[in-house]
Amino acid sequence: MSRFEVVRTGASAPASQPVTQKGVSHRGAEANPSAKALQDKFGAAVRRVEVIWGETVVFIDPASVHDVIRWLHDDESQRYDFLSDVTAVEYRDAEVPIEVVWHLRSLPFRRFLRVKAQIPKGQPLEIASVYDIYRSADWLERECYDMFGIRFSGHPDLRRILMWEQYKEGFPLRKDFPLRGRFSRSEQLRQALAQNPEARYSMEELSIADAFAELPEEMRARLSKGERTGE
Amino acid sequence: MGLSAPADHRTVAYAPESQEGWVATRLDFLVNWARANSLWPMPFGTACCAIEFMATAASDFDLARFGMERMSFSPRQADVLICAGRVPFKLAPIIRRIWQQMPQPKWCISMGACASTGGMFDNYAVVQGIDTIIPVDVYVPGCPPRPEGLIYGIRMLQEKVKNERAADKGTRDEMEPDPKSQLYIPPSVIDELGEPFGNSVNQTRSGL
Repeated sequence: MSRFEVVRTGASAPASQPVTQKGVSHRGAEANPSAKALQDKFGAAVRRVEVIWGETVVFIDPASVHDVIRWLHDDESQRYDFLSDVTAVEYRDAEVPIEVVWHLRSLPFRRFLRVKAQIPKGQPLEIASVYDIYRSADWLERECYDMFGIRFSGHPDLRRILMWEQYKEGFPLRKDFPLRGRFSRSEQLRQALAQNPEARYSMEELSIADAFAELPEEMRARLSKGERTGE
Repeated sequence: MGLSAPADHRTVAYAPESQEGWVATRLDFLVNWARANSLWPMPFGTACCAIEFMATAASDFDLARFGMERMSFSPRQADVLICAGRVPFKLAPIIRRIWQQMPQPKWCISMGACASTGGMFDNYAVVQGIDTIIPVDVYVPGCPPRPEGLIYGIRMLQEKVKNERAADKGTRDEMEPDPKSQLYIPPSVIDELGEPFGNSVNQTRSGL
């Protein structure tokens, strides 16, 4: 498949039209065929497969997450070309490991697959980034890092995205994070007002750099002399 | 002159035999009358209150009746900041910067429960009332307030504007919190006072 081939949704799926599923049982519905293919291909790295409300969940060994998702993306019979979410789940039970979740969708085959990796408590929260497979993982992984503190190794620019970068209170969606934050209200406000929202963006990030050549001559002259915009 | 001011003791209209009419009035009254009826709003809409604000500006409720139809998306041309919606801590320096960019005279309406107190968002991410960042003239309650509620707040602000005195310079000072002032409450005391009202940081998620 060439890189820019137009993907027509469901073009590789069986000819029958998609139907809305009705009366799906909580567990035990038919699994996504990709789960079987994964078990054949990766063996023990696929820890278990669950089907919940008709959606297939594949639990993967954290060490082989990158290989599995790379294969799901590249293989001609899978073609999971759309990463719709990267997130994490922490359970109230302190013994249950934290799960990192990837939601994959195959547009040509009309398939949805949920991939999970469990990071046991006590181990460093670190897992491979899939940024080199899906560009959309960029901000999704940054959000997951911001809220849960999971470090995605291989991510080119892993920093906070929802909270500001100097945020010091920790990771808000973790169960040990107090609902109202760790600091007092006045301290929170003092720190929030101390952030400088303008200082964080480079010219490249504001994509002014790309448009620089198209600016009027006199404006380019002023900007290149160091005049700041937005003040 | 075509002024339609109420014929009370503040205005004296006198038209002798000549065709040219003239009016004698207090300067404060004239200036405040002009200001109150041409407040250009700076809409700072962050949530569902902004939807109600849009409804207020649209034809059914028609903010143009108050000379407010011109939304000033540039703070430098704005008179009244209408904060409609919750303000997260990440936006705190931004709304403060917008307020600082607005020229005097300027006013602020805090629209809705979230802008006024944080509302239901009593959590780590939301400012508990924009009056902790900028001075507020009128608080409009509601979640969100109906357009009638916002218009009532605007009428209250107009009353406030009409009763200002140009001689009283103090009302237009940019006030920084002054520790020497008797009105100053240190942040630690504010935290202590707020604690019995559930505004404390000691609450954790239930069951933990």
